[in-house]
Amino acid sequence: MVSRRKPSSVNFRRVHCTLEFLAVTSYLISLYRSPNEEDENPTATRMKRLPVLPLLLWVCAVYSVGIYLFVGGFLLVRLEVNRTSTCRDVLQPGEEPGDFCGVQPRFRRAVLLIIDALKIDFARFDPNNTEPRPYENKLPVLEETASTRPSHGRLYPFRADPPTTTMQRIKGFTTGSLPTFVDVGNNFASSAILEDNLIHQFGQEGKRVVFMGDDTWESLFPKKFYRSLPFPSFNVKDLHTVDNGILQHLYTTMVGDDWDVLVAHFLGVDHCGHRFGPDHPAMADKLTQMDGVIRSVIDRLQNDTLLVVMGDHGMTDTGDHGGESQKETDAAIFLYSPSPLFPGPPSQREPDVVPQTDLVPTLALLLGVPIPYSSVGQVLLPLFPPHGQKEGAVGGLSQLEALWINAKQVNRFLETYSGMAKDIPPENLSQLKNEFAHLSSEYLSSIREGRPPSPELASLLQAYLTSVRDTCRATWARFNPLKMAGGLAILALACLVCFILSELSSVLIMESGPGLKVPVAAALTGGTCVAACQLLTQGYIELAWCVAAAALSSELLFLRRAHQFRTSVVAKNGTKAPKSASWLTPSRLLTPPLLVLLLRCASLLSDSYVIAEGRVVTFLVFSLGLYIPFHLNWDGLLLPPSHDPLKPAGLLPSPVLSPSTVRKESSTLLTCVGFLVGSLYLSLNFHGCREEQGSCQPSPFLAPLSRMQNSQLKNLHYILSVFSLGLWTYLLRRCLRHYGNLNSSGGTVFTARFILPLLSVCLGLHWAVSATPEDSFRNLGQLISLAQLALPRAAFCLLGLGLFLIWLDPLTVFVKTRASALARGSSLPPPRYRASTGISPQAELHHLIPQLYQRMRRSLDDGELSGGGEVDSRPAVEAYGLGTVYSAPLLLFCGLLGLGLLLLHPEGMALSFLLLLLEMGAVLYIHASSTTLSCLNGTYPGGFYVPWTPVVLWSLAATQFFHATGHLPTFPSIQWGAAFVGFPDGHTGTVLPASLVTLNTFASHILFAVGCPLLLFWPLVCEVRGSKGGRACGEEGEDAVMEMRLRENPQQFSSALLQLSTRYLFILGAQVFASVCAAAILRRHLMVWKVFAPKLMFEASGFLVSSVFLLIGVTLVLRVDVAVGRWFKRLIPDASR
Amino acid sequence: MWDHEIRAMASTHAIIAASVFMATVLPAVVMPGFSVYGAHLLWIYSVSAAVTAVSVAVFWLLGITPPTKKHTVGYKLSKLVRSCLYFFLSCLFFHTVLVLYGAPLIEFALETFSLAVLLTSLTTLRCLCVLGPNVQAWIRVFSRHGAMSVWDTCLQITVACTLVGAWLGAFPIPLDWDRPWQVWPVSCSLGGMIGFLTGLVAAPAWIHYHRKQLTYKCK
Repeated sequence: MVSRRKPSSVNFRRVHCTLEFLAVTSYLISLYRSPNEEDENPTATRMKRLPVLPLLLWVCAVYSVGIYLFVGGFLLVRLEVNRTSTCRDVLQPGEEPGDFCGVQPRFRRAVLLIIDALKIDFARFDPNNTEPRPYENKLPVLEETASTRPSHGRLYPFRADPPTTTMQRIKGFTTGSLPTFVDVGNNFASSAILEDNLIHQFGQEGKRVVFMGDDTWESLFPKKFYRSLPFPSFNVKDLHTVDNGILQHLYTTMVGDDWDVLVAHFLGVDHCGHRFGPDHPAMADKLTQMDGVIRSVIDRLQNDTLLVVMGDHGMTDTGDHGGESQKETDAAIFLYSPSPLFPGPPSQREPDVVPQTDLVPTLALLLGVPIPYSSVGQVLLPLFPPHGQKEGAVGGLSQLEALWINAKQVNRFLETYSGMAKDIPPENLSQLKNEFAHLSSEYLSSIREGRPPSPELASLLQAYLTSVRDTCRATWARFNPLKMAGGLAILALACLVCFILSELSSVLIMESGPGLKVPVAAALTGGTCVAACQLLTQGYIELAWCVAAAALSSELLFLRRAHQFRTSVVAKNGTKAPKSASWLTPSRLLTPPLLVLLLRCASLLSDSYVIAEGRVVTFLVFSLGLYIPFHLNWDGLLLPPSHDPLKPAGLLPSPVLSPSTVRKESSTLLTCVGFLVGSLYLSLNFHGCREEQGSCQPSPFLAPLSRMQNSQLKNLHYILSVFSLGLWTYLLRRCLRHYGNLNSSGGTVFTARFILPLLSVCLGLHWAVSATPEDSFRNLGQLISLAQLALPRAAFCLLGLGLFLIWLDPLTVFVKTRASALARGSSLPPPRYRASTGISPQAELHHLIPQLYQRMRRSLDDGELSGGGEVDSRPAVEAYGLGTVYSAPLLLFCGLLGLGLLLLHPEGMALSFLLLLLEMGAVLYIHASSTTLSCLNGTYPGGFYVPWTPVVLWSLAATQFFHATGHLPTFPSIQWGAAFVGFPDGHTGTVLPASLVTLNTFASHILFAVGCPLLLFWPLVCEVRGSKGGRACGEEGEDAVMEMRLRENPQQFSSALLQLSTRYLFILGAQVFASVCAAAILRRHLMVWKVFAPKLMFEASGFLVSSVFLLIGVTLVLRVDVAVGRWFKRLIPDASR
Repeated sequence: MWDHEIRAMASTHAIIAASVFMATVLPAVVMPGFSVYGAHLLWIYSVSAAVTAVSVAVFWLLGITPPTKKHTVGYKLSKLVRSCLYFFLSCLFFHTVLVLYGAPLIEFALETFSLAVLLTSLTTLRCLCVLGPNVQAWIRVFSRHGAMSVWDTCLQITVACTLVGAWLGAFPIPLDWDRPWQVWPVSCSLGGMIGFLTGLVAAPAWIHYHRKQLTYKCK
């Protein structure tokens, strides 16, 4: 075979390439054959290529509609009551409508020090602890004050409601209401609070609220503050800006007299947790600083001032928050006043834990403002004197009065709310109403008669308030079952449609089966019909139902047409009937790959399996990987058939593959299975930990290098990361070079030659810069901060440029016209003449060798082809890299994208990304080898169809590497750091950070989805190895044409592409469907908000991201196809001249 | 067609199953604190030993073991040594596979190895008994047309059942039920054992019902 040993003939123009001995494959394209082909089916090429993309788009759209509808019904919504309390509300006991605010309050002023993420563990002080961790015993002031002056200050655990994100918490402890799940997404775009809240009430009463600190407040309460000093909060790496800004103004403000309520929100502790974790010296410094702040504030307090020091939420051991584990919810609250605050000594009735909602009524009553309208908290009783001993506090309310006001306000809110929304169960509501009526009559009668109310009344009122809060908490988990059912139905049908599309794809493309026009028309009619009906009956349009109707009608129509089509096909060729009629039978569905998929889907229905998802998926991938060689062996394909002398020779067909090829292929297969297994096992080392997994240690590679304190370990990690980065680049280039895709001078080749290495250099430098400790090079600080900004941005630009160039010029074919070489060869001037023109001897050598070689080969060709002279006179073209013309740009695209995504991850993840590349390669080669081996069986279906096993492997590997890149399907584990890569100072908008975080979270989904079409190409790419021993798949063809086969059979190509993509979409969609089912069935499960709902969100967004990138991959393939078509067109007139 | 063989197979399997039963019951009678969960490793080893001893004895007595070409003592001895070596290598192989499947590498090494020994004595040992120490033959047997006798088919069924049982046994491990049988490696060894017993029952039954369809190439 000539193609395998003539590197020099390819590379003589590029000296630097000739030096490296390349294995280049080349193709001789006889141009007398190509135009014929072009003439035969150019229309077919165009026409059949078209339906692939719209079909996929339609399927993706239907899936998205299903997800949208279900999520709309499943995620909780709470109606906001837009009423506000006023002073004229009749809350006081007695009939006369007294002015509530006219009474002198207990405190005139209040200072709220909010220390973000002040966990209760940080606030406690244990004098017996001789070796405190960095976060322990650093706030002695709280415990000291509480123990020395117990009637002035006390410390309580302060329990937040999930979600424990800062914006939700601010909302919670200013409005006193309970958050809903939907709010989580608003953390980046916090908009103003419309519900009644404390800040609003202070403003109404003419209290001057001065705010300083976290700028989230400014967006939540625009124009509500008397004076406001916001500081940027988004940059998690910045520990000091906010705190120092506050400290600059705090004391001066406190000394002055132009404030009534002072809110200071410190962010340092939270950012320190995010950046270093709680167990780090920086945390000790930060907490000690806070200790000093609290002391100075206490010194400056006046007698009429109340001090509240509180955390808005806690943090996990890694410094994250957002979930509902006790570590995240339990913050600290410390109440203090220079005048006696607590009427009694600490007693048995002290609350163990103060719920966060309780702060609102307490503060309101202490400061003499009405309780915000929709608060469901209850007053903190120890702060109020018991009934009958009011002499301790001037102008204050007694416990019972406070409880009464509180209960009345809560009852009023309940009545309003139940009038607006019907989501509170009526039986609960009537029970609560009766309870309140009973309590109020008892209380009012005792007041009227002037006798002391019974001592149980206070506890009854407390019980009433608690039960209201519990009822609210339970019912604001409210679902819309109709929408959920609709979403489920659409998703189920979409899965079915996907499956049928994948099974029917060949027939569909070949014989132009059920097209898209009718389903789309049905969708439009269905949608408009529903819209019209809604307009007529309700007067407004609910978009969700219109889209749902559209999706459902198009699905049903497609299914019906597919059914009709199938029966018509069966009727047409009766002999094929049993074969084509059997796609949906159990025997066809219960093959091991689909069984593995079924297991995977079933595992989504159990919280234990979702918690252990990373390992479960690895287990399943491993099982499926082992199944391949076992299955091949079962079919007797793994070993060359033994030649039994006893066997009659003519009985069996002679083997298509020679034994040596079989042996080679099987050893490749087994090696790749080994690689797969190895990378699977190693990838287990990169998992993060969920809070539910008790004894789990997160991978050390997950921490960014800047967090590491041991410099040796840091260097080791850095070297490992850079090594794997280099290997990633090297492997990619090696692969491209191996198939001769680096010879031409197009955009893709430029990208592979220059942008790819440059990008990895950028990445390595960026890691080095970001790993340097901040204060190590003082005089280079400017440079370092510049590099931190410039390097990632340069990398982003390079990435964009590379992807654009690949898109613009995806061909990697190097063309050498043989005709001209031959023509010159005949009239070749003698070497002496050429040398005399001044070309250096070396260059001449480079010219000479290929020419000599051409002559040799020409004579060889003459010998090979029978009609020697005739063939020779034909113009022909040698095209290098044509065999991998489709896969090369896709591979490069994948590789570049991988580097870009790696940039968004912690440095240690480079190893995991390398494993990802290796595993991708292993799966591709396993697929290629098993396809080659299956050809032996004779059961090869023809065409380029990708069986289920590799597709399932591919998609499960995406989930596996989702976990192996340190991600988890929980909100606290989202790597927010990704938003700051290249933007160390934070962002102004929300689109960019959100998309960066999305890219980071779904990196493996993206890579596997883009690379999905590679599964189609790889058996063809690897075919060249089989060509030595004989034809790979028994098709007539004299040369290794690799991916040109696709070009020769455009119909099969597009149907295979459609089948592959629909199979991939089916697998992803089935997983989404399973998690949707889990969320729907288990919606009252204990773990639904902790496990199933986040899993659903991640699975659904993973599906959306994957489908988008799958479409990008498929579009790229089609783009290459168009480019190849043009290239052929251009070549023909060129050559025929 | 092969009524004689099927009967022999059924009685062999009955003896092996009885030995498994005895290996579970006898230690419980002799030792006071013995239980399958409590002293799991002991149970594994006693069952493995019983199955090994009984299988070797029964297959040797039945003469299923492939005929030796040479009858010299040296050859027999080398075959024995090779068998032992294969047994040990198979233990290591299973151990590796279990670790790759996600078993803890260091923490439960002894437990993992015990499970590997159990799986070896349930699967590899049978291969050794039926086919002799010949890996080529083992690979050949596990293919669609590879079985050359009723015993080969039986081997296919029992080995597949055992491995699938052990594989299924891993499923309950992540569940949060806190049962004693969820502890590594109890569920897997129990799964393997149940699979093996199922295989012992299923193999003769399957062969009996398919005896008309079964055809074997002569050796």
